[in-house]
Amino acid sequence: MVELTLPKNSKVGTGKTYPGPEGATNLKTFNVYRWSPDDDKNPAIDTYHVDLDSCGPMILDGLIKIKNEIDPTLTFRRSCREGICGSCAMNINGTNTLACTTGMDEVDGDINIYPLPHQSVVKDLVPDLTNFYAQYASIQPWLQAETPPPSKERLQSKEDREKLDGLYECILCACCSTSCPSYWWNSDRFLGPAILLQAYRWIIDSRDEHTGERLDNLEDPFRLYRCHTIMNCANTCPKGLNPAKAIAEIKKMMVERR
Amino acid sequence: MGMKAPLKKVRGLGSAKDGTTHWWHQKVTAVAMIPLFVIALAYVISLVGADYSYVRYVLGTPVASLVMLLLIVVMFYHMKLGIQVVIEDYIHTESTKFVLLLLNSFLCAVVGLAAALAVLKLALGS
Repeated sequence: MVELTLPKNSKVGTGKTYPGPEGATNLKTFNVYRWSPDDDKNPAIDTYHVDLDSCGPMILDGLIKIKNEIDPTLTFRRSCREGICGSCAMNINGTNTLACTTGMDEVDGDINIYPLPHQSVVKDLVPDLTNFYAQYASIQPWLQAETPPPSKERLQSKEDREKLDGLYECILCACCSTSCPSYWWNSDRFLGPAILLQAYRWIIDSRDEHTGERLDNLEDPFRLYRCHTIMNCANTCPKGLNPAKAIAEIKKMMVERR
Repeated sequence: MGMKAPLKKVRGLGSAKDGTTHWWHQKVTAVAMIPLFVIALAYVISLVGADYSYVRYVLGTPVASLVMLLLIVVMFYHMKLGIQVVIEDYIHTESTKFVLLLLNSFLCAVVGLAAALAVLKLALGS
């Protein structure tokens, strides 16, 4: 059933406030969602004050500074710090995005950080993406062909390669899928924007010969057709991609092959 | 949770190999309603202030009743498809969903056919 209110044990309370260092004048306030599976407490918002004079410019720099210098228990994923791994996807001031490519100067006032919406929380800002990754596996994201491989690589024309632009850049950070209301309500069956964009990336690959089987796999009222072109996915994508367009192209192919 | 692998849950009962017809019909009926609504609305506006027998006469003419019949068929089919999507989106209890989907089909058919019958009565005379 649609969840319009949070269950009792998910109601977010007020947590601790950590004052900034003495004498610091250039402070930024971080309000961060905290929840731990190790105690029975409800989630809470902790408030940190970060001295910008001794901190890098990105939100992720602020989070790392908090973890290093203020509160080592703060838990979040991060790796590449340059927008290519997708680990630090989180909800920053109401928008799903990457903490590493969002500057603190892009946010007016306090910085409010929550985990990606409508996923189970493992701890603090770490969502459980097990279902998301299983959905990715279900579309078989690898090249499938009957033609035996040539002695060297399978060739692709420049034009065919260009068809993958706007698709191959997807880093599977899950910002789009977790911003999609259809995915919130039906993620058990709807594949969501990220996975459908990845599916389309293989459907239009000129070297892949399982186009029909891939479309068969998506031909389903829930797997594909829960997309109602709400467009949150395209709005939120930190890489500037348009999953909604990829989904529309899949729907067009479904009609075309009838 | 349980012991099932996540992929087992995601693959579920497999693809329904269906869904495009529903989606396509929703689009086609939406497009069809544009001209039908404009013409039907023009008829209704032109009849503002007319007396009862004249309204009966105009709506009973072949072109007017054809437009009204087409509009009714297309509109109630579109409505059935649309409400079905809303129910599937938001209702996850299988039994409730099943009952609501049935009610939706029946209600759209009954109201649509009643409307069509009214037009037919005007067109063919009672």
